[in-house]
Amino acid sequence: MISTDRPSQRLILEAGRADRQYWSDLWRYRELFFILAWRDVSVRYKQTVIGVAWAFVRPFMTMVVFTVVFGWLAKLPTEGDAPYAVLVFAGLLPWTLATSILSDASNSVLTNSQLVSKVYFPRIIIPLATVMVALVDFGVSLVILAGVMAWYGMVPDWHILLLPVFVLLALVVALGPALWAAATIVKYRDFRFVIPFVVQIGLYVSPVGFSAKVVPPEWQILYSMNPMVGVIDGFRWAILGGASPLHLPGFAVSMIVAAGMLWLGIHTFRRTERGFADLI
Amino acid sequence: MSMSDVVIRAEKLGKKFIIGHKVEYSAILGEALMRGARGLMRRGKDMLRGRAVIEGDEVEEFWALRDVDFEIRRGEVVSIIGHNGAGKTTLLKILSRILEPTLGRVELNGRVASLLEVGTGFHQELTGRENIFLNGAILGMTRQEVLGRFDEIVDFSGVEKFIDTPVKRYSVGMYMRLAFSVAAHLETEILFVDEVLAVGDAEFQKRCMDRMSAVASAGRTVLFVSHNLAAVAALTRRGIVMKGGQVIFDGAIDSAIARYSASLSKGKVQRDWGRGHHSAILSAELLDAQGLPTEFYEPGTPFNLRIEVETTDMPGLALELQLRDANNLPVGFYSSTIFSQTALPSRGRHVCTLSLQPLFLASGEYSFDISTNSLTIVVDHAVANAIPFSVAASSPGGIAYDFKQSLGQGIVAMQLASALRIEPRSEQG
Repeated sequence: MISTDRPSQRLILEAGRADRQYWSDLWRYRELFFILAWRDVSVRYKQTVIGVAWAFVRPFMTMVVFTVVFGWLAKLPTEGDAPYAVLVFAGLLPWTLATSILSDASNSVLTNSQLVSKVYFPRIIIPLATVMVALVDFGVSLVILAGVMAWYGMVPDWHILLLPVFVLLALVVALGPALWAAATIVKYRDFRFVIPFVVQIGLYVSPVGFSAKVVPPEWQILYSMNPMVGVIDGFRWAILGGASPLHLPGFAVSMIVAAGMLWLGIHTFRRTERGFADLI
Repeated sequence: MSMSDVVIRAEKLGKKFIIGHKVEYSAILGEALMRGARGLMRRGKDMLRGRAVIEGDEVEEFWALRDVDFEIRRGEVVSIIGHNGAGKTTLLKILSRILEPTLGRVELNGRVASLLEVGTGFHQELTGRENIFLNGAILGMTRQEVLGRFDEIVDFSGVEKFIDTPVKRYSVGMYMRLAFSVAAHLETEILFVDEVLAVGDAEFQKRCMDRMSAVASAGRTVLFVSHNLAAVAALTRRGIVMKGGQVIFDGAIDSAIARYSASLSKGKVQRDWGRGHHSAILSAELLDAQGLPTEFYEPGTPFNLRIEVETTDMPGLALELQLRDANNLPVGFYSSTIFSQTALPSRGRHVCTLSLQPLFLASGEYSFDISTNSLTIVVDHAVANAIPFSVAASSPGGIAYDFKQSLGQGIVAMQLASALRIEPRSEQG
């Protein structure tokens, strides 16, 4: 009856003891990660009338509104000869991906408190699993993008092949703050109110509805301290091709900030998670 | 046995919780504001120091576990018994890595699974089949393991017809059976089980107990936490008795149960309830079917009470009981003089043994207030909350449905006197 396929493991539990097996445990629980992700995906559009269509409607309507407000009314410049709608959509893609990860992951430990207080597993699985839901919606948005580009008769060039790299970067940018927030919200529920606010303000601070090129060159580096600037620029570079050259120093700054935030996020999460069950 | 045979070793284990209290409500605005400001200051300070925010006006440290030492060898089946709040569940949560110990250390050798409740993580929108995989993964099983035991699990649960129906459409009984079935097929070297030895109707409960004894005799190391002494005695040979967060006994299960029962009655005697003018209630206990003191009442069985009273030169005193629910509302009353024309003897120490008619109480907390009253209905000695007890689970229909006080449907499940008859109405004229 005893499963002999796994070597017996020896474990020491002590206050403040860093768990050496944490990352191998994470690997051992990979199936839980997939099953939680699958649960969230399959439950997401249950009992809605239009179901998965929501994944189409929301980004499409946002694109329309932004194009009208920033492109037509405010008459902000596009990049090269790219249609404003495509410029906006190329910015919306990473923005929606990153912010839905931030919003969902930051609340995820609390919403799964029932699991946290009853079973052990590396807690980091919970916020990580929310990434999959965001990725599914992202996939749907990519289809819309293809449709919009076809509408304008645009054909992406070789730059598009590097899009997966920028998707990965968007995940990194989102996960740092998301992990930090997920751990901090367990202790200080105040941040449940802070996160939606940050997301709301961030939409205007980040170059989602407009091109980052409208920011004066001397401010570019400072502006790139917002890591979303680098990611959105990267997306536009990949999607619009030559029409949107990448501002490399700014991009580097964004990535350094993102890496720092990821380290802080993981560090905070790992330090706090052993006390989650006490606090929930 | 060699040292390597020790699979669980706890050394000087301690767990501290910080709990907050609400200080009494003040209607004076100034005081309320002051308290609010003080609370804000304290929470702000806590946050700056990186401590957690505790609700309440006053904060207190509380040791749920203290100096807990024990060793468990490979293949041993051990039960942990103790009152509510003795630290059993906290101990199990530390061993299962859910809580971090404040002091001491635990050494575990082997793959651990713990079962603190059945159906952890079940999702209402998902089907029975999907939930088996979800719950299995949550409990630490691999997909391969669940697949290998899938038919067995479904078979055990008896819900194969509804396996592709979302569990929100299940009856409570079906839900619990399915949940238990997944848990019962966990196969790890070390297993911790908390109060979930059996669920469902009588027939399914028997299957649960059979399964648990199979698990216990399969050479695996199992730790049971339960207050079901009969089940514990049947399943385990060693018992650890806990009280106030400490281990007070560790040895053969019979002695452990005896020690636990003794600690219950001893706790009662030590309490000083004072005395009235002419009488004193000295001790009071609720007894189980074996006549041993208990904190748990089994719904639908007689209430067996033992009350020790002393009277001094006062004839005609009545012994009165007031049953109260969790909200402290009176829900039942008994008076020895009015209800059964029996007064207490006028002097001396006496033990009163009462067996009151069964009540099918809802699950939750209750207590008996006890008082001695003179003929003129003047209270002589009253002890509020003299016998606190709880009803762990109440299933009036014999199914897994738990009729709870908190449902707000009252505290007594009304039982049929004879079978329910539903017949077509015969048309008249």
